Amino acid sequence: MAHPKRRHSTQRRDKRRTHYKAVAPTISSCSNCGATVQLHRVCGECGYYKGKQAIEKTVAA
Amino acid sequence: MRHSKKVNHLGRQAGHRKLMLANMAASLIKSKKINTTVAKAKALKKYVEPLITKSKTDSTHSRRIVFGYLQDKEAVKELFGDVASKIMDRPGGYTRILKTGNRLGDNAEMCLIELVDYNQNYNGTAAPAKKKSRRGSSKKKADSASDATIVEDSSTEEKAPKAKKSTKDKKED
Ligand SMILES: [Zn+2]
Repeated sequence: MAHPKRRHSTQRRDKRRTHYKAVAPTISSCSNCGATVQLHRVCGECGYYKGKQAIEKTVAA
Repeated sequence: MRHSKKVNHLGRQAGHRKLMLANMAASLIKSKKINTTVAKAKALKKYVEPLITKSKTDSTHSRRIVFGYLQDKEAVKELFGDVASKIMDRPGGYTRILKTGNRLGDNAEMCLIELVDYNQNYNGTAAPAKKKSRRGSSKKKADSASDATIVEDSSTEEKAPKAKKSTKDKKED
């Protein structure tokens, strides 16, 4: 079996990791209530999706 | 390589996975919608849709085949009775997956999987007038409709019910 010949230095490891980046989620606003909503998700506030009531939510007030 | 590896093992062995999908399918048929993770919902979709198609032909043979998968007498009864009558003229695509954000705890992507024909609100022609109050900025239809009613109300408050009646007639046309 193949084995590593040399230990990788911390610089080499960290240089590799410069390409690991966090990606911000794409955010939109709900067409019904205006709450901030992630794309392709049902609105957590009112339960609307694509302009229609997708999930029944009990309205708090 | 993942070439043609179609089955998501869901971190379980075959027996565990089959039993879980059978339980989930029975729950879906009995309660029409279930909350679960997206991965499980997608696996369930592939599991349950052929069974629902099977329910279109109500025979002892097809009932036994479906029972072989579900192992749930009540679910089979519900599937061949109520569900079958509702989905009869739908050519596949009986379930809908709606993503609902990430779960607290393990941040798993959650969703609602439901039988399409049991969601009256979401299906096309059902009830254009929504009961909920519109708070934020609404585009499309809502703007034109609300504008019209506002104009009528401001012009003559006394004739408001009459005016509303006329708009309703127009909508029906
Ligand atoms: Zn909303």
